[in-house]
Amino acid sequence: MRWLAALALLLLAACSPPGGVTFHAEDDPEDLADWGVLRVEGGKLRLADGSLPYELATPLFTDHASKLRTIWMPDGQQARYHPAQALDFPVGTIISKSFYYPTDAEGRALPADGPARLEDGALDLTRVRLIETRLLVHREQGWVALPYVWNAEGTRAKLQRIGGIAKVRLAGRGDEFTYVIPNATQCGACHVPDAASRKLQPIGPTARGLGIPSPFAPGHPDQLRWLAQAGRLAGLPETPAPASAVWTDTARPLEARARAYLDVNCGHCHNPAGPARTSGLHLDAATSDRRELGFCKPPVAAGQGTGDRTFAIVPGHPDQSILVYRMESVAPGEMMPEIGRSTSHAEGTALVSAWIRALEGACEVKSTN
Amino acid sequence: MMQHRLAAGATIALFLAACNQQKPASPQEGRPSPASQQATEKLMEQLVTAKPGDVIAIPAGLYSFDRSLSLATPGVTLRGEGMDKTILSFKGQIAGAEGLLVTGGNFLIEDLAIEDSKGDALKVNGVENVIIRRVRAEWTNGPDTKNGAYGIYPVQTRNVLIDGAVAIGASDAGIYVGQSVDIVVRNSRAEYNVAGIEIENSVNADVHDNVATNNSGGILIFNMPNLPQAGHSTRVFHNRVNHNNTDNFAAKGTVVATVPTGSGVIVNSNDLVEIFDNDIGNNRTANVIVSSYFSTGYMTKEGVAKTFDPWAQGIHVHGNRFQGGGDKPGTTELLALKTLKFGLDGRLPDILWDGFVNPSPPPGTPPALCVDNAPAEVLNADGPNRFRNPKISAIHGCTLPRLPAVTLDLSWAEGAGR
Repeated sequence: MRWLAALALLLLAACSPPGGVTFHAEDDPEDLADWGVLRVEGGKLRLADGSLPYELATPLFTDHASKLRTIWMPDGQQARYHPAQALDFPVGTIISKSFYYPTDAEGRALPADGPARLEDGALDLTRVRLIETRLLVHREQGWVALPYVWNAEGTRAKLQRIGGIAKVRLAGRGDEFTYVIPNATQCGACHVPDAASRKLQPIGPTARGLGIPSPFAPGHPDQLRWLAQAGRLAGLPETPAPASAVWTDTARPLEARARAYLDVNCGHCHNPAGPARTSGLHLDAATSDRRELGFCKPPVAAGQGTGDRTFAIVPGHPDQSILVYRMESVAPGEMMPEIGRSTSHAEGTALVSAWIRALEGACEVKSTN
Repeated sequence: MMQHRLAAGATIALFLAACNQQKPASPQEGRPSPASQQATEKLMEQLVTAKPGDVIAIPAGLYSFDRSLSLATPGVTLRGEGMDKTILSFKGQIAGAEGLLVTGGNFLIEDLAIEDSKGDALKVNGVENVIIRRVRAEWTNGPDTKNGAYGIYPVQTRNVLIDGAVAIGASDAGIYVGQSVDIVVRNSRAEYNVAGIEIENSVNADVHDNVATNNSGGILIFNMPNLPQAGHSTRVFHNRVNHNNTDNFAAKGTVVATVPTGSGVIVNSNDLVEIFDNDIGNNRTANVIVSSYFSTGYMTKEGVAKTFDPWAQGIHVHGNRFQGGGDKPGTTELLALKTLKFGLDGRLPDILWDGFVNPSPPPGTPPALCVDNAPAEVLNADGPNRFRNPKISAIHGCTLPRLPAVTLDLSWAEGAGR
């Protein structure tokens, strides 16, 4: 079976039609266009045929950038359902995530945390500033992460393994800041959720992340059923794992929204197997133990990141909680997440603070046996 | 700033003259010339594209980075031309929680310096087989709460050698080995950090032939709660632990913020620690402190795992050469204690114990503290009774079995230019 798959990939690589997708099983093309999943054409960024745009219930905060996410799988192939982790995508899958800012009439970048706004399935490049496109490519030997950086004109994205920076000023959001594009190794800082296996893998497209209606394909109850109906998802149970709360959906309980936000923004590292397991603080969706979530928990290796506070979460007191200090900070040695943002997310911090403020309990220090 | 460096240099020089130690980094020597942008980007590219077995030679030069470096490939050697010749500077760093983050095992790094990272200087997370030798991690502005936390920081590692390293100015610990197994830290210098060398939640560590001076606390053997592994079995021997009297500059809330300025060797909540044949002197709180987690002020019912053992047990102190110290304890409580008990001109004894013991010890629990180190005395500070009746304690004339030496397997580093 393995050689069949390999042969299929070879054929794909050899016979890709012009304008279609080319799966590069070995080489890393310097130009994003050589993959074909996204192409610049007539002032628009267009998706290849068969490229599926998707959105997550609650996304990672990245300096208010908008994100266009796509999945492309080889013809006739399917992802397999998984109840907790990302869907199990077949070899040959290309996942793309393009970071950009919508621009106003004067060409100023605008904060836009919501889903990508596609018109006729394309992004109008006269109204956006493209920053970077990150690819996750599933090869025989595993997933590979490739960072592509767009030129100033937004016409071409080149492979830039060492990452890069972009100066951004957001209208109505204060001073110019330096948007940092992670390097290829740093992709693993989030995309290696299991520090023992060290396997790079997708983290966004989980059942709980995808279980919302698609903003791109109306008429389906959620994106899982949409994928299944399109024949691109196998093994979807009658009742899939429940979707995460949409963090902005005030109809949902505060705790569910805060936990969804922490899961996506922190849980990829802060889980019992992740790179931040060394802190003993677990913020992923599966953790329920209050101490592991940080209640009255002293820090292990926070250094100056404590902000002179003593416990990760002090119930009722966000202003005494290290967790909130590190979300607010933009100092590289203090801030959380450690990479992926240069600005702090006022709305996200407000949500987590509101949750902590509503928590009952106190941290009583014992100084005797 | 310059003055501080010169002063530090002069102190080091004096100290060296006195101890006839191997020559360390000398701040007076000329700095290398700045490396070109091209050379800097080449190094970034080499790290990102490294293949197992690669030896990345970094020529002499001052390399400046605005973002952290990371290496995920196993089996890579990073080799500079000397800790004063190949310098990776993060003075202008705008992103990344470390200078260099390593997540690939069979990792060897030698003969270079990492300076002024915003967070930790060198972090090695979750791997087996690590050699860090002749590496300097320094914050060149001297002690500052806003300096990065750890200089050299292997965590959840196994089979680790730190040899001939230098760590200066860390706002937490200069050399910090956390949650690891089979560790040797030797021939290294730690100065002007809050904690010079810290072994935390680690099993089987030998810390020997190091110099820890001018930190707030010299050598720390600690256990923290809520972590997958409790530490035990550490030998601290043949070190010089002197003059650790730099005002504690750690951020509040860190465990090292509870270290009294002027501490030599501190054991907190850890078990089976053997402290012997060291020269420990002129640490103005105490030359040796043995304490429980209750004394940190972080013990809470909800935030500390019930399985956590907060007591120091099986601490064995023998054959050390103590000199001076104890004359100006670094906390108001201890200063008051000293003055009340020993007078204005008196000093605390060489060994200070907070007096906490497990009220219902499971069978086989060793005594808290055994001391065979005449004429050094132990002061039981009577922590369990809120320090009401501190007294020279005579109950420590017990013996404990000697701990075995740590044996590292370094065969993985043979060949391939290593």
